[in-house]
Amino acid sequence: MIHKPKQIESDSRQSPPFFIIRLLRDPSSAIGFLLVLAFTCSSLLGLIEVTPYPVLEQHPIDRLKAPSSEYWFGTDQFGRDIFSRVMKGGANSLQVAVTSVFISSFLGTVIGILAGYTGGLLDTVLMRLMDILFAFPSLLLALLIVTIIGAGLSSTVLAITVVYTPIFARVARGPVLGLKNAEFVTAARCLGAQNWRIILHHIFPNMRTVLIVQFTLALSWALITEAGLSFLGLGTQPPNPSWGLMLSENRGLAEIAPWLILFPGLAIMLTVLGFNLLGDGLRDVLDPYLKAE
Amino acid sequence: MRQHLIRRLLASMITLLGISVMVFGAIRLVPGDQITAQLGTEAGMLSDEQRASLERYYGLDRPPVEQYFTWATNALQGNFGFSIRQGREVLPLILERFPVTLELAILSVLIALLIGIPVGIIAALRRNTWIDFFGRVFSMLGLSVPNFLLGTLIIYILSVYFGILPNSGNYVDFFEDPNTNLQQLIFPAITMGFSFAASIMRMTRSAMLEVLNESYVRTARSKGLPERTVILRHALRNALIPVVTLIGIEFGYLLGGAFITEQIFALPGIGRLAINAITQREYALVQGIAMFIVFNFIVINFIVDMIYGLLDPRVTYDT
Repeated sequence: MIHKPKQIESDSRQSPPFFIIRLLRDPSSAIGFLLVLAFTCSSLLGLIEVTPYPVLEQHPIDRLKAPSSEYWFGTDQFGRDIFSRVMKGGANSLQVAVTSVFISSFLGTVIGILAGYTGGLLDTVLMRLMDILFAFPSLLLALLIVTIIGAGLSSTVLAITVVYTPIFARVARGPVLGLKNAEFVTAARCLGAQNWRIILHHIFPNMRTVLIVQFTLALSWALITEAGLSFLGLGTQPPNPSWGLMLSENRGLAEIAPWLILFPGLAIMLTVLGFNLLGDGLRDVLDPYLKAE
Repeated sequence: MRQHLIRRLLASMITLLGISVMVFGAIRLVPGDQITAQLGTEAGMLSDEQRASLERYYGLDRPPVEQYFTWATNALQGNFGFSIRQGREVLPLILERFPVTLELAILSVLIALLIGIPVGIIAALRRNTWIDFFGRVFSMLGLSVPNFLLGTLIIYILSVYFGILPNSGNYVDFFEDPNTNLQQLIFPAITMGFSFAASIMRMTRSAMLEVLNESYVRTARSKGLPERTVILRHALRNALIPVVTLIGIEFGYLLGGAFITEQIFALPGIGRLAINAITQREYALVQGIAMFIVFNFIVINFIVDMIYGLLDPRVTYDT
């Protein structure tokens, strides 16, 4: 059993209930947490289609109805319930964002750890490849990928994954460079621990906090990218709802039915705000060294 | 310094080379052959001979490596190919649209600086007051409102409450009529500058807070210098160093990232040209635009890196 310095362990290995209590004590983090929780719950309900009305069901008599007790967020030009579509749109966005950020964080972390830990030629080659991807403005890269494989949910996932993998690789590589020469890693190596064991048991636990914060912030960027691609007609395809697509489809009708853009717009803004506040709060709680002033 | 310059130049060239391979290869990954992809249903009317002749004309009958070198050699000479639908060469098309995107980027940066730096300074100086709170709310909102949402809201408010539509007529060049041109560009610039202002505000605030605790600021105060001089001459000059880097990087993004804003406000810039090229499957144009944007981005990053060294004498490159 190798004993690691307490200073490094203390912040990254807080027990979950303790750090959640600390997180919720900060008002802005608590607001972020609640917003994310509300978004996740409504999206999960949307995912299993537990919505007030079926998402694609049209009510021709009730076209462009203002918000009321019958239709909480009003209806669109086909008489579809906006509230149900916002819920389902959130589910689509959540699916894309979570899947792409999961894959990119996994790939990026593996690449970053490999590059940082191994060093030398492999480091140069891997990070140069990441730099090449990084040099592309993210939306341009996403657009290129969508051009190649066509618009749709899976291509949006791939596009966001390719865009965010280099970011995770960079974020992961930084701490590895410092940690691989830390005393406890040297001690583990002296005791005959294999490289994979050192990485999994000694290096990775000490960089978890940075990755958790990055993961939360990346979710908000992924949501924006998905909504942006859908806004341009290159993400989720109609008649399936997506917040970005709902905004873009209904722009022309906003003058007579402002609720058509108000509710999807608010949904995007509040969700991204929630993830940003939560990300900032997590950074403050989990890693005081990174605490933003 | 010279060594660092050469190293950075080499690294930039390798990145550009890698990107050219990627952009070239990516377009070849498009399902189906390029002739069909570009001509659509009309490709069905081609005879075998006509198809073979078109393939010969575009060099598609040669091995991919040879195709890449031909394309790269031509690209280095400014020849990015021909846009079939527009009936023109790619580079003049891009250069024609570039001033709109450039002007939009410059205006966005100016708006972001005018809002972000003063709010950031005041928020740092009045830490934990309502002004600071307002500044932080502004920055958080700025980072949470995507530009397609802000642009849509701006158009909605202008059209409903003021009865005007930004850029409802044809785009007017700055040198033709500066007044109309600025009227057409101010709202798109606000749309793009808003989130950038939020980033600058955050960066300025945190850099100022850090610098205000430095010993040289305490020394300046203890010498009896007026607070204004301490803030402007001693604190701000040092706090702005990371902000300059941020401005450079964001400027690179703004030059290549105006796709949505140009689309919303119907501005004939590079972003809109790119979206049209993508939806119409104009591959030569897509390749040309991607290379042009990335080239700008790399050049700007390179310049920022050099400026950083000049601004901060503590930065040494010869390690």
